[in-house]
Formats: sequence, structure tokens, C-alpha cells
Amino acid sequence: MSKGNLTRRGVLKTGAVAGAGLAVPTYLSAQESGFTNAPTGSTVTLGFNVPQSGPYADEGADELRAYELAVEHLNGEGDGGMLNTFSSKALQGNGILGKKVDYVTGDTQTKSDAARASAKSMIEKDGAVMITGGSSSGVAVAVQALCQEAGVIFMSGLTHSNDTTGKDRRANGFRHFFNSYMSGAALAPVLAANYGTDRKAYHLTADYNWGYTTEEAVKSSTEALGWETVAAVKTPLTQTDFSSYIAPVLQSGADTLILNHYGGNMVNSLTNAVQFGLRDKQVNGKDFQIVVPLYSRLMAKGAGANVKGIFGSTNWHWSLQDEGSKAFVKSFGTKYGFPPSQAAHTCYVQALLYADAVQRAGSFEPCAVVEALEGFEFDGMGNGPTLYRAEDHQCFKDVLVVKGKDNPSSEFDLLEIVEVTPVDQVTYAPDHPQFAGGALGTCNNGA
Amino acid sequence: MFGLDKKDASLLLVVAALVVFAPFFLNPFPEASGWAQFNAGYPDLMQRFVIFGIFAIGFNILFGLTGYLSFGHAAFLGVGSYAAVWMFKLLSMNVIPAIILAVIAAGVFALIIGYVSLRRSGIYFSILTLAFAQMSFALAYSVLTPITGGETGLQLALDDPRILGGLSSSDGNIPVPGLFGLEMRDSSKLVLGGWVFTFNFGYYFSALIMLLSFYLSIRIFRSPFGMMLRAVKSNQQRLNYTGVNPRPYTLAAFVISGMYAGLAGGLMASMDPLAGAERMFWTASGEVVLMTILGGVGTLIGPVLGAGMIKYMENIISKINSDILHTWFAFLPDGLEDAVVAMIYPFIGKGWHLTLGIVFMLVVIFLPGGLVEGGQRLAGLFRRKKTDESKTATTEPAE
Amino acid sequence: MDAIILQILNGLDKGSAYALIALGLTLIFGTLGVVNFAHGALFMIGAFCAVTLSRLLSLSHEVAVPGEVDFLGNPAMRDQPYAYDIFGEAWGAHIIDWAVPLSILFAIPVMILIGVIMERGLIKHFYKRPHADQILVTFGLAIVLQEIIKYYYGANPIPTPAPEAFTGSFDFGALIGFEANTIIYPYWRLVYFAFAAIVIGAVFAFLQFTTFGMVVRAGMADRETVGLLGINIDKRFTIMFGLAAAVAGLAGVMYTPINSPNYHMGMDFLVLSFVVVVVGGMGSLPGAVLAGFLLGILESFASMREVINIIPGINQVIIYLVAIVILLTRPRGLMGRKGVMED
Repeated sequence: MSKGNLTRRGVLKTGAVAGAGLAVPTYLSAQESGFTNAPTGSTVTLGFNVPQSGPYADEGADELRAYELAVEHLNGEGDGGMLNTFSSKALQGNGILGKKVDYVTGDTQTKSDAARASAKSMIEKDGAVMITGGSSSGVAVAVQALCQEAGVIFMSGLTHSNDTTGKDRRANGFRHFFNSYMSGAALAPVLAANYGTDRKAYHLTADYNWGYTTEEAVKSSTEALGWETVAAVKTPLTQTDFSSYIAPVLQSGADTLILNHYGGNMVNSLTNAVQFGLRDKQVNGKDFQIVVPLYSRLMAKGAGANVKGIFGSTNWHWSLQDEGSKAFVKSFGTKYGFPPSQAAHTCYVQALLYADAVQRAGSFEPCAVVEALEGFEFDGMGNGPTLYRAEDHQCFKDVLVVKGKDNPSSEFDLLEIVEVTPVDQVTYAPDHPQFAGGALGTCNNGA
Repeated sequence: MFGLDKKDASLLLVVAALVVFAPFFLNPFPEASGWAQFNAGYPDLMQRFVIFGIFAIGFNILFGLTGYLSFGHAAFLGVGSYAAVWMFKLLSMNVIPAIILAVIAAGVFALIIGYVSLRRSGIYFSILTLAFAQMSFALAYSVLTPITGGETGLQLALDDPRILGGLSSSDGNIPVPGLFGLEMRDSSKLVLGGWVFTFNFGYYFSALIMLLSFYLSIRIFRSPFGMMLRAVKSNQQRLNYTGVNPRPYTLAAFVISGMYAGLAGGLMASMDPLAGAERMFWTASGEVVLMTILGGVGTLIGPVLGAGMIKYMENIISKINSDILHTWFAFLPDGLEDAVVAMIYPFIGKGWHLTLGIVFMLVVIFLPGGLVEGGQRLAGLFRRKKTDESKTATTEPAE
Repeated sequence: MDAIILQILNGLDKGSAYALIALGLTLIFGTLGVVNFAHGALFMIGAFCAVTLSRLLSLSHEVAVPGEVDFLGNPAMRDQPYAYDIFGEAWGAHIIDWAVPLSILFAIPVMILIGVIMERGLIKHFYKRPHADQILVTFGLAIVLQEIIKYYYGANPIPTPAPEAFTGSFDFGALIGFEANTIIYPYWRLVYFAFAAIVIGAVFAFLQFTTFGMVVRAGMADRETVGLLGINIDKRFTIMFGLAAAVAGLAGVMYTPINSPNYHMGMDFLVLSFVVVVVGGMGSLPGAVLAGFLLGILESFASMREVINIIPGINQVIIYLVAIVILLTRPRGLMGRKGVMED
């Protein structure tokens, strides 16, 4: 039949082409340089893996803006931003090690599978030598493990769970963002000072890893200062209406509600809590209060006026007045017309820190970069003197306690800084129980 | 050949050839050209093509033959992945036991869910499967975290027992899945002029399993059992009247297709040892339905094509950003360049979902039989130009 | 006791959203026999009607604030809504404050128009196609609609508060003899419940007591015969599609103050509303409403911590568990008709 012939001919033809090809093979040797995706030409490719679809798409878009700005500054374009205030002066504004910085982007969809697929395509197809970005801990942990396996460096974006540098830490992965423990340690004293030490707290906790670590951190720090935890109730990730969780709070005798929620969950639970008039009530002779351990300006915007006067913690805020923050806000604001978010800040800093580590190490080789970053102390990046701790690859720096502003002057001016908690107060031992059970392993250069 | 008639045998050969030479024709553009963006010939995506192909082939055995629309098939894929990763954690990094356990676990799970759900038909069946899958997702993401890893997914760790050895790799890292010493991620590259072709061991391993699954599915389609399933689809009542109880047949089809899903899940975990709960979310179940319908329900090759198309869009279109667009259209005068980029921009990169939605609608509106029907029409066009005689030979698989 | 009353209130409130969406879905399914996966998107578009109107009303121009600077050091600007210029400061503020209720008037024509366009332009061609094709094409449409909204409004939730008069909560417990502060309920949620009850009642009354409704009901039962009687049933079904879209849209408009709307809120409700429809019984309007309230109440009870402590994770799966139990004990849902969607 004609069909069979066609196929056979097709097969033969393809076979012939393949045969001709194999006759003169030139194998790319990955071993030559000794590590995955060693940049060979005049450029080096970085992979920016951020959520572009799904609920965190706006946060991802802001991260991407920050990365584009970082690439500009690394390549010597624009005003240089934080390169001028960064304590390490290794970077020259001529790319990294003289190679022009190029980048590829991908969509994590805030799903660990999709994020890994996207990161893999950057590594396998585009030859990215470093992956960075992301807006949730699930994704950060998943991509970090992948990068460890593939032998590239992972500089995480926004990830707040203790696990990222706790039980799921990896030698090739680094986190600049703060974590649940730090939020708890920074918040508790401020809460005690403002609301007293004999409060009864009611936790609503997102029912997944990040929620668990945050609840534990806030609980243990507040209880240490005399607070009592009345109840802790888990809420499903997919919950949109929190009324049935919030309605019983008043009956429980609690006088403080702690919302261990992030993103859409946080916007909805906070909105619902305010709707129920909790903040107008008096319990145990005290004004009822609500606390949101992890704040993000983008999410605060979603909750609108409901955030007014509510305490929380954040990694960074554009209203900081140190030189580094001012320089970053200025170049970001000039380019995009509005101030950057904390996600943008951590991503920008991570890109710069990676570039600087490569420059200082004199090589893109992951193990050399790991060595350059471990124990690295720097300043001028917006959070005061900072240490990249060698034991768990976590940055230690000041943490901001913020409060929803009563009279915001614009849609970006939603939070005000209440206190800059010094780094000593949020430092913990690498084997602290909340971080136990993980091992960095050894750095992997891949092949 | 292999107990197949000539038409099916040639289809199998075509698929085999496509799969074997995929690294070549999925990379049609030279590495340095701007079009290299559209190359799909890198290991991860090729693995995904064949693995989701297996998933869709299995789904088609249930949906295409019996007409029962399961809206919770991703649950079996998820169970398969978890089972495989647990084998890597407890036993060894060899993929064979992992895949076997994945198939068995998914089969048992499918037997339980199928037994309950098949007591109803039509949309009531769909909602029952959906309910089971959503429950699996919700529990895996939250209260079952100790077993499933929850949000961060189930991962390997250095302190896993792995009783058959292989605690860590030589350089002190977590070992990678392999087959008797060959690692799934092993690749070699072939450079031909401007082109770079990658041959990955994991891909060829999955591809071989995919071909076996495809062969098995042809045999099922052509067997008396397949005929019986078709009878269930066309008229269940008449079947009842003839004294045949269709339930065992549909249940068997359900379990087989669940095992296919488990196989796909086990392979996914073997290529990339992580299992996340999102794999079981209803959108993942919806995705396999879309793949099957997009490719052509009830056809042999359709689901594979549909799977390839959706994964291609997800992985390639989503990576095009405005910078890349500007380089493509740099040859245009400035104003025009910006205009063209602004026009295309909503459809690529973060807008890839929009493109996906539009493609679904176009395919369903204009090609009710899916991509296979599109292929038939194209082939029909060509054939009419050639001789009448070749009309007798249909290139596409019969339903 | 007070805890139980509270959760019943919660359930009624949640249930009213479910019931409204399921009602529209059933209307479409019952009249046109189409499984509409884009129904969640219609709910979402309704919510964005409210967002759009409140944005339109608060369209502003900038006026300089003397003596202040913004974050880049330029002179600070303050937004002055045009509404203030037109209606004066006091009335302008009132109008902006009441944007959500006003959106009802705005949303009804918009949603009916969208519904009619959808039916005439797309759905009409799918009456004779298999349900799977209907699902796929409407699912594709749902994705397209939500991506368009995302393109213009972003992915972040957009706060759309209720009018000042309805913020805060009402001490329901004090009214029926409980201690103060035990059963409090937000005003807006009570409004939402009342609104849902009115809309549901209106739809039933419309179908029950008007000639138009009678014809439509006849068409639902036997489309062919009604057609043979010389009645243009297609045209009426188109109008019913518009009506169903409007019901979904109104549910969305009034929902905005409860949860800030975002582009994927439709998908969040889609699966749930299908479960509700099926539990109620395909094609049964009272069934859809009943199932909506039932699932809402059960979901609320399952989220009580006393219940979670006994059965961990029950709040995650309750809806699906109930759906399975009901479908296994009552083959066609609570009030389903025989032979609908069973092939």
C-alpha cells in the first residue's frame, strides 16, 4: 500500500540523514570545563524563574522588573543602583568576569512541577548557569533541590518558610529573604510592647508547610513573652471565604487573632476578619487585635483599608532611608514609575550577590561561588550589615516590623516601619529545633 | 507483525520512528538563530512529551472506548509518583522497582475508586472521580504532609535508608535515579554545523516504555475486550438485555487506564525524583482530558499528539519574553517594531494561557475530531490531488 | 448552641453564593442542555463590573499638594475624583461609596449582553455536539475571559469595599437572647443573603408565573413539541442564557465586598458549583438551590475546630465527601430527573 511505502521511504530518508550526520560527529564535551553550562562565548546566561501566571503573577512581574534592572546595572547601563553602595567593589559594570549578562525567563506558575520544568529548560536548553526567583516556599524548595542535582547555583527569591534553609537546605542554594523564625522573633517584642504580655492568641494557619513553620515560630516567640495560645486552626489552601473560621474567634475568649496566611489567603482572611468587626470589639477588657506575621505590600494593596494599624513583619520596605535602599528605589522608580516591592528587592540583591561572588571567585564554577558566598559579610544592600551564614546559606540581617499606615498617601504607601529589629535578636543556631533535620550536602558542579 | 494488522503495524512503526528521531526534528533550528527559541529537543521536554503521551494513551482507553469521562485521573498519576519516590527513598535508586510499585499502587487505588465511581454513569461518574481526586489533593497538600511532603513535595534526602545501597553519590550528594548504573540524566550531544542534538538516556528509556504502552493499547483496541468496551459506549442498555454485565469490563478498563497513569507518574518521578501534590489538582485531571480531546478522542495517536501540543505550549510559548520579541522584529523600523511587539506580546510569555485557551476553542470549533481530524483533512487535500486509487488507504488510525 | 447558630448563619451566607451560581448553571443546562464551564468566568466578570464601575466613578485628576514630596523627591500630587467636581464633594463621596450597589444597575445590561453574545456567537453551534466538546469549548472560553481580565486588571486582588453604612457587624445574638458579642454577623453578609433570596425568588416567580416562563419550562421538558407548536423556543432560550449570565454576574457584583475580586475567582468557584449542581440533581432548579445551602452549611460545620480536632482534615474534603455519599445513595442527586446526563 502506498502508505507503507511512504513510511518506509520516510524512515530510510531520515535514517540516511542521521547516518551522514553520525559519520562526522563532533561531540560537545561537557567535562571540558568541569561544571554544568560553563559560559563559553562572550556572554553568560542567567535564568529568571518567576510566577507569571496564577495568583502571584503580579509579584512575579515585579521580580522580573528587578532582575532586568540588575542586568542593566551589571552590564554598566543605567545609574548603577546598589552597585554604588554595595560594600564589595569587585563588580566593574562590565558584566560578570567581563562577560555580558544575558537572561532567559520562565513561568513557575507557583507549582513545583511547572517550576522545575521551567528551570530544567533553562538549564538544558538555554545553558543557564544560575537560576533565581520564585514567590513561594514550595517552589523554592523544589527548584533548589533541582539545581543541586543539576549542578547550578540557585539564588532563591521570595521564600519565607524555615524549611528552605532548614530541613530542605542544599549546598547549591542560597536565601537572602528572611524566614518564619525571624518574623516571630522580631514581632513578639513589638507586640508585647504595644499590646501587653498577657494576651490570648488565636491562630488561623494555612494548612501547608509554610503555615506550619510560621505558626510554630510566632507561637513560641509570643509564648516566651507570656502570651497564651488559645487555639490554632488550620485552613485549607483553596479556601476563599474564611467566615466560618473567623466567626468562632470571639467566643473562644481570645483577644488577638494571628493570621498565618499569605497571598490571596491573607487578603481574604484579613478582609473577613475586619468585616466581622473584630477590631471594634473588646475582649478581656482589651481592644481586640489582629496580627499578620508576613506582610507584603502587593498583598496589603489587595486588602485595601483593612490593613490599617495591623502589625506584621517584612524583609525590606522602600521607605528605608539608608544609602543602598535609596539608590535602589531611585533607579527602580525612575525606570518603572513606582517604588519596588520587597520581592523585587530580594531578587535584585540576589542577582547582584551572585555576580559579585563569581567576580570574587574568578570563576562561574558552582563550588567556587559557594565558597565565595559562604560566610560572606556585606553592607549597602538595604538591610544593614549582613552575613551569608556558611552553615545553612541563610542571610542574617535586620528585620523590619511594620504596621498598616493610617493615612496612606498613595497606593504604594501602605506600610510604615515601626521598628528595625537588629540582627542579633533574630539570629539562631544552625541546629535550632525549628530548622533541624536538614543537611547541605556538598556543593555540586554537575558535569 | 507483532500480531497487528498492516495498518496498525505501520502506525506503530511511524510512531517508533518519530520517537527515535525526535531529538532531530524537535530541534529544527540552528542553535544560534533567533528561531532556536522554538526548539523543543531538550531532554526534559522530550521526556514530558512521551510521559504525558503515556498518560493520555491510558486515559483514552477509558474515555475513548467506554465513553466514561473521568475527571480525576491525575490522582493516579500522583499516587504513582509518590509510590516511586518512596521506593527511591526506601529501597534503591534503580527505576525498575519504583516503576513497578508505581503501577501497582495506582492500580489498587484505581480499583477502589473505580469500584465506587462506576456505580454511576454520565456526569455523576465524572463528579465522583473529581471528588475523589480533589480529596486526594487536599489531603496530600495538608494533613498527609508526613507521607507526601505537602507543599514542598516529596523529595529525596541524604539520610534516607535506601536499604539496597546507594546512600549517596560519590561526591556526597543525593544520588540520581538510574538503571543498573546508567543514570537517567545521562546525555550525549551531537553537533552538526549550527545544530546541536541531545540524546538523553532517560528520554529513550521513557520512549521505549511509551512504545510498549502504545503497542499494548493497540492490542486492547483491537481485542474482543476492546469490542466489549465499545459496546458499553454505544449502548449499555442493549448490553444489559443480552445478559452481559458491563461493570467488570468498565472496571477493568478503569484500572488499566489508572495503571497507565501510575506508570506515567512513576516515570515522571524517575526522570525527576520529586512528587508534588499539584499533580493531583483538578486542573491536572482536566489537562489530560484536554490533551485527549485536542488530539482526537478514540483515535490511537491523537492523545499523544494532544499531549505534545499542550506541553509544547506550556514550555516554549511561556518562555518568550518581550526582549526576545524585540530581537526578532529588530529588522522593522522602530515604530513598527514596537507596534508589532505590542500586538504579539499579550499572547506570549505570561500570556501563554490566553493562547492556549484560543487554541482550544479554535480546535473544538473547527476540528471536532481534534488534531487527527486536521491531519486527515490535510491528507485528504493531498490525496485528492494525487490518484483516486490511494483513497482506499487511510493514513489515520480507525476509531 | 451559639456556635451552632453562628455556623448556620455562615452556611446560609456561603450557600447563597453557591446557590446563585448553581442556579444559573442549571438554568443553562436545563434549557439549552449545555454544560457551561465558562459559568465561573461569568461570575468573575460580574465582580469586575463592580470593579470597573467603582474605578469609573473614582476617575481622578491630579492636584498638587503644597509642601509635600513623593518618594522620588518630586512635588507630591493628590488625586481628586471627577465625581467631586461634578456632584460636589459630599455627593461625589456618597456615589463613590455606593459604587458596589450601583454596579447592579450597570451589571445587569452588561451581563445580559455578554450572555446573549456568547449564546448566539458560540454556544448555539454546540447544541448538537457531545458534552465533552461543550466542556472543552466553554473551558477554553473561560481561560480566554480570565486572561483578558488579568491583562487589564492584573493578578492581584482588588479591594472593593461595601458602602460605609454596611461595614461593621450586627449583634445577632443579643436579638435572640444570647450574651452580647457571641453571635455577631457582618451587615454586608446579611445583605448578600437577602439579595440572593430575592434573586432566587424572582427567578422562580418568573418561570412560574409568566407566560414566558411557562413556555420556557415547557421547552425544558420537551423542546421538540414546543417547537412544533409554532413557538420560537430558540429565541426564548437565548434570553434565558442572558438571564443566567445576569444571575451569575449579580452574584459576583455583590460578592466583591466579601472577598476582594481577582481574575481567577471564577475557576475557584467552578468545580464547587458543578458539585453543587450535580448533588442537587442535573436540571433541577430547586435541587441546585437546596444543594447550595446544604453544602454551605455542612462546610461551615466542618470548619469548626471542635470538629477538626476529632477528624483532622475534614474541612478540606467535606464537600466532596458529601457529594460522594449523596450520589451513592441517591443516584440522581437530591432532586434530579431520570435520564438526564446519564449517557
